[in-house]
Amino acid sequence: MSGPDLLFYFFATLSLGGGLLMVFSRHPVSAALFMIVSLVGVASLFVLLDAFFLAILQVLVYAGAVMVLFLFIIMLLDVGPSGAKASKVKLLSGVAGLISVGLLVVLLLDLGLGSMDCSECSAENCDACGESAAFAWPEIRDETAANGNSLIFSPSVKAFGFGLLAKYMLPLQVAGFLLLAAMVGVIILSKKSTAEGEG
Amino acid sequence: MNTITPHHFLILAFLLFGVGFLGVVIRRNVLLVLMSLELMLNGINVALVAFSRAGANLDGSIFVFFIMTVAAAEVSVGLALLVALYKKRKSIFTEDMNLLGN
Repeated sequence: MSGPDLLFYFFATLSLGGGLLMVFSRHPVSAALFMIVSLVGVASLFVLLDAFFLAILQVLVYAGAVMVLFLFIIMLLDVGPSGAKASKVKLLSGVAGLISVGLLVVLLLDLGLGSMDCSECSAENCDACGESAAFAWPEIRDETAANGNSLIFSPSVKAFGFGLLAKYMLPLQVAGFLLLAAMVGVIILSKKSTAEGEG
Repeated sequence: MNTITPHHFLILAFLLFGVGFLGVVIRRNVLLVLMSLELMLNGINVALVAFSRAGANLDGSIFVFFIMTVAAAEVSVGLALLVALYKKRKSIFTEDMNLLGN
C-alpha cells in the first residue's frame, strides 16, 4: 500500500466520519463544524483525482461561503441543542432511518459484489473489475482541445474555462441567471417577512 | 494511486450519499436537513469527478461545477425561507410545521 492509497483512505475516513458526526451531533454549531471537516475531506479527494480547480472551488464555495451562511443563520436564530421534544416522532423516523440504512446496505453489497464478479464483462471493458490493482488511471494530458464532441480531462483551469465557454455556454448563462434569481428571491423573501413583522 | 480504483470512489460516494440521506430522514432540525442535503450532493460530486477522471472526460467535472452553483443557490433560498418561517412560527423543527393539520 503506497502513499496515495493511504491518503485516499485517510481522506475517505475524514469525509465519512465528518458526515456521520454531523448527522448525529446534538448541537447545530458542532454539526456545522463537522460538516466543514467533511467538505475539506471531499476537497482533498478531488485533489487525489487531479481535479485541482474543483478542490479549490469546493473549499471556497462550500467551506467558505455556504457553511459561513449556515453558521450565520444558526447564530441569528439562536437555536440550541435539540433535546427536550426529541422523542416525539421517534418511531416514524426510526422506521424511516431503518429502511434507508437497509437500502444503503443492499446497494452497497451490490456495488461491492459487482467489483468482485468478473465473469460477465468482456475482455475490453473489464478495466474496472478483476484484480483491482490492474486498473490503470488514464494519463493526464495537458491540452484543452476537444476530442470530437467530448472534452479531454485536464487538471488545468484553462481546460475548464474552455469547456465552460465553448461547449457549455448556454448552461453557464442559465447558471448565472439562476444565481441572479436566487439573489432577488432571497432579498424579496427577507424584505417581506420584516415588513410583516413590523406591520 | 496503484490499488485505488473508481470502485473505491464509487463506494465512498455512495456511503456519503447514504449518510446524507439518513440525516435528511432522521433529523428534525431544518438546518441540519439542509446540511445533510449538501452532503448528498457532495457524494454525487465525488462519483462524478471519479468517473470524469477515470474516463478522461472533462464533462463530468463541468457538471460538478453546475451542481455546486445550484447547491449554493438552493442553500441561500432555503435559509431565507427558514428565517421567514422562524419569524412566523418561532420554530425550525419539522414537527412544528403542521399547518395542514396532523
